[in-house]
Amino acid sequence: MTLFSRLRQRPVRAFIPMLLVGGLLAGCASNSTVTSAEIYDPREEANREVHELNLAIDKVIFRPVSNGYGTFVPENGRLIVSNFADHLSLPADIVNNVLQGDLKGAGSNSFRLVFNTLFGFGGIVDPSSAVHVPRRKTDFGETFHVWGVNEGAYVELPLLGPSTERDTVGTILDFTLDPVSVLLPNPEKYIGTAANVADRLGDRYDLRTTIDSVLYESADSYAQARSLYLQNRRFELGVEVQDDDLDPFADPFGG
Amino acid sequence: MKRRDFLALSSASAAVSLLPMQASALSSAEAEVLVNSVVADINKVISSGKSLNGMISDFEKIFKRYGDVSFIAGSALGPDARRLSGGQQNSYVSAFTGYISRKYGKRFNEFAGGRIEVNGTKQVKNYYEVNSTAFLPGQSPFAVNFLVSNRTGKNLFFDMVIEGISLRLSEKSEIGAMLDKNRGDLNKLISALKTSG
Repeated sequence: MTLFSRLRQRPVRAFIPMLLVGGLLAGCASNSTVTSAEIYDPREEANREVHELNLAIDKVIFRPVSNGYGTFVPENGRLIVSNFADHLSLPADIVNNVLQGDLKGAGSNSFRLVFNTLFGFGGIVDPSSAVHVPRRKTDFGETFHVWGVNEGAYVELPLLGPSTERDTVGTILDFTLDPVSVLLPNPEKYIGTAANVADRLGDRYDLRTTIDSVLYESADSYAQARSLYLQNRRFELGVEVQDDDLDPFADPFGG
Repeated sequence: MKRRDFLALSSASAAVSLLPMQASALSSAEAEVLVNSVVADINKVISSGKSLNGMISDFEKIFKRYGDVSFIAGSALGPDARRLSGGQQNSYVSAFTGYISRKYGKRFNEFAGGRIEVNGTKQVKNYYEVNSTAFLPGQSPFAVNFLVSNRTGKNLFFDMVIEGISLRLSEKSEIGAMLDKNRGDLNKLISALKTSG
């Protein structure tokens, strides 16, 4: 179909903005090789201001709206939204799988795109997982990681929360180069964004105990969110973390 | 089952006492035995349907029995742990243990209807990493790794890592923040821990 033929052209056209971005990344990631449990956060003060803003937004808007969403939309309804949002991000996933040379991931995600479109009512149900083809979720941040770009400094983004310099550039590309929004005509192109926002509300609701505990019960919610994000992101990307003090044979009390 | 675990554990500690500095005395099979016991006990608590406080106190027992609480507490505090006097050290470790048990024990009801399956073990430097997967209803399965060592002469886990997030490292950031809030006063940190979690 046309979607597929246009998809195949996508990486080539995407390559030009990516070169520009490459220059940008080379600039921001040059002075850090963060492969350890270390945290590199030279703009902590500015990040903390964004964190306060995010906390306020969460308290006043995001948390109450997500609680309303979780209360009024039953679990099955939220699952449909989540499946659909995942489905719409498959084209972007496949582009990134290919850019990373991950042909197996590209294969699984392509299978999911076709199989769930045909047998999952356009992607609202996920029969692919039932036949053991799970989603290989990825993003431009991971592509940059595969290409050897370091994560750079820690960044907390307004509304979106914890990130790194590399992943911030990745996120911008995730938004601007998403095949679904690039290829679809005007009102329909926002369907992916809408599904994503709803999916995020659902996640905020499902993980509310954990998120509330990090944001509102930690001694320092900024530092806690930063630590959790970096640990989890490095795990997702398969970064080997060298934790220097992880020697259970060393007495932490110095005995 | 219990008895076999006990035998495995005691033969491991016998081996350790013969070779006190050899981490290799702990085999991957023994590390897995430990984690299987932890998982069995945790699954029992999850399915017990006890009250929140009952679950928290059960979790504290599991944590104390199978966990290297002293190492976890000490390394969460970092270099400041060296400033603790002998008496302070004991009260810090016990305050930390209570804090962890409340903080994580009160989340046990979220695991209702779930299970943890042990997949395998690999040796990393002088400890073992036991890989398992948690299956919770309505959620995608996620990775839970237990890090096990025999530092104390007993096989104990000294960290639990969920999807890359280490309990020990996360608490290091949290305990550090608490200490800062209390202006570096270790006694105040200890009393803060007694009411947190």
